[in-house]
Amino acid sequence: MRAISIIYRRELGAFLRSPFAWVIAAILLLFGGILFQAHAMAGEQLSAMVLERYFWLMSGVVMFAGVLLSFRLIAEERQTHSMVLLTTSPVRDTEIVIGKFLAALTFLAIFLALSFYMPLLIKVNGKVTFGQVLVGYLGLFLLGAAVLAIGVFASALAKNQLIAAVVAAAIVAVMVVLFPLAKRLDPPVRDVLKEVDMWWIHFQTGFMRGVFNLKDFIYYIAVIYFFLLLSVKTLEAKRWQ
Amino acid sequence: MIRASNLSKFYGSKRALASVSFEIADGETVGFLGLNGAGKTTALRILACDLRPSSGTIEVGGVDAVAQPHEVRKRIGFLPEHPPIYLDMTVLDYLAFAGELRGMSRGQVKRRIPDVLEITDLGEVSTDQIGTLSHGFRQRVGVAQAIIHQPKFLILDEPTRGLDPVQIVEMRNLIHDLKQNHTVMISSHILTEISQTCDRLLVLGKGKLLGSGSEHELAASEREIRQISVTVRPPAGDDPKARIKKVLEGVEGVKGVADPYEQGGGLSFALTTTKDCRAEVSRAVVDAKLDLLKLDYSRSELESTFIRLVEGPDASN
Repeated sequence: MRAISIIYRRELGAFLRSPFAWVIAAILLLFGGILFQAHAMAGEQLSAMVLERYFWLMSGVVMFAGVLLSFRLIAEERQTHSMVLLTTSPVRDTEIVIGKFLAALTFLAIFLALSFYMPLLIKVNGKVTFGQVLVGYLGLFLLGAAVLAIGVFASALAKNQLIAAVVAAAIVAVMVVLFPLAKRLDPPVRDVLKEVDMWWIHFQTGFMRGVFNLKDFIYYIAVIYFFLLLSVKTLEAKRWQ
Repeated sequence: MIRASNLSKFYGSKRALASVSFEIADGETVGFLGLNGAGKTTALRILACDLRPSSGTIEVGGVDAVAQPHEVRKRIGFLPEHPPIYLDMTVLDYLAFAGELRGMSRGQVKRRIPDVLEITDLGEVSTDQIGTLSHGFRQRVGVAQAIIHQPKFLILDEPTRGLDPVQIVEMRNLIHDLKQNHTVMISSHILTEISQTCDRLLVLGKGKLLGSGSEHELAASEREIRQISVTVRPPAGDDPKARIKKVLEGVEGVKGVADPYEQGGGLSFALTTTKDCRAEVSRAVVDAKLDLLKLDYSRSELESTFIRLVEGPDASN
């Protein structure tokens, strides 16, 4: 735990000092705001629908943010050779991965907090419950965390940052198109792919509408665990290469 | 004590180390010498528990480095070829981070940092961001992180790489100071650089251990000394060069005398010999009533010994 905390503090400090992270956050918030204004607020409609649309738009922004905040985490350290400090210290690969992941997750949480004014505008001017807003944000947080975990894995796998970003984006894209793909296939492959889909099934049918399904929650936790475990195993394997 | 037995490492199908065995006693300063690709960095990374060997065993201070890497990492400080620094951190923050990573408490780090800054002469830049420092200072920061936790064993992979001549001298002095408190392992592909700092050399070539010993032991084990450099004050009279040359050519064991060049007020001759005949040369010069200013192995001889070791017996001929 102590090593996780040490790595977490350094990594979060690096995020907070990094112009790159803040520029990404600012651009995505601006983008989210413009989409919110142009699409979610367009025309007269029920507040719940506006909120639903907002979460739909933000889920795309969050997936972008997840990839952009995570692809550098390990690949950059490998490229700049600072990774050796971690790998030659009495620190487990699990602690390295978790420390970095939690730091990125904290920055993502800051990013989400900065976007909170948009649903508040809906709440002030319409009729939505805080429960709906909170469940939606929990969904965004879990979706973002899952994308971060995928990004950490890609970063552990790739030799350089560019490849890490491409690999992370490719995995996320595949996880997102599984449901449309599944619709064209026959059972049982269709059912399996449907259940693994990250966006259409586990975000849009529950969290986006303000409905909390334990199944969706467990799904995201499982995806996060799976990709973090893969990241740890990748780091361990690289010591043998 | 470090004991490596039959250490091998493969990168895929490529062999980087081939059954290398060696021992390093406590307090020794040992140089890993070899050309680029000889396996030096691989050997040091395995010792630092950054890489796992494909086969073989390593014991560091009685602890098995493969079975208990964490225990070994606590005892080792490692400066890799490229210092593992974070450009966005200040020197102080970075050293605190490195210390805590190695298991030190915040209080211990706080008490230790002034000593480390003094040893590495980083006091004046301690609050500067590492990204703003020169290459020489960054290398010193790399050394500082390696010694922050007072490790018993210190591994420095090409510590003078990329430094200018002044920085090389400073780094050499720093390593000399570190030798007092640590068992030091240094790698280099430059014989002259490493031989001045180390008690013993391990010569690696193509992943194999080719020789072990001091610089002169290695030269002697390889073959008899073949070149001697002798500097004599030019005597008064006609053609002093010819007179000295004649004296030197008359010494038993001297096969050839090259044309001299002027050095420090004397004439310096390179002698090709069939054996170590420094004693005979000195007696002959003195008997001829000439002033002997300097007599030594030829530096090029030591370099060629190294080349013969790493490339095979025909390489330097």
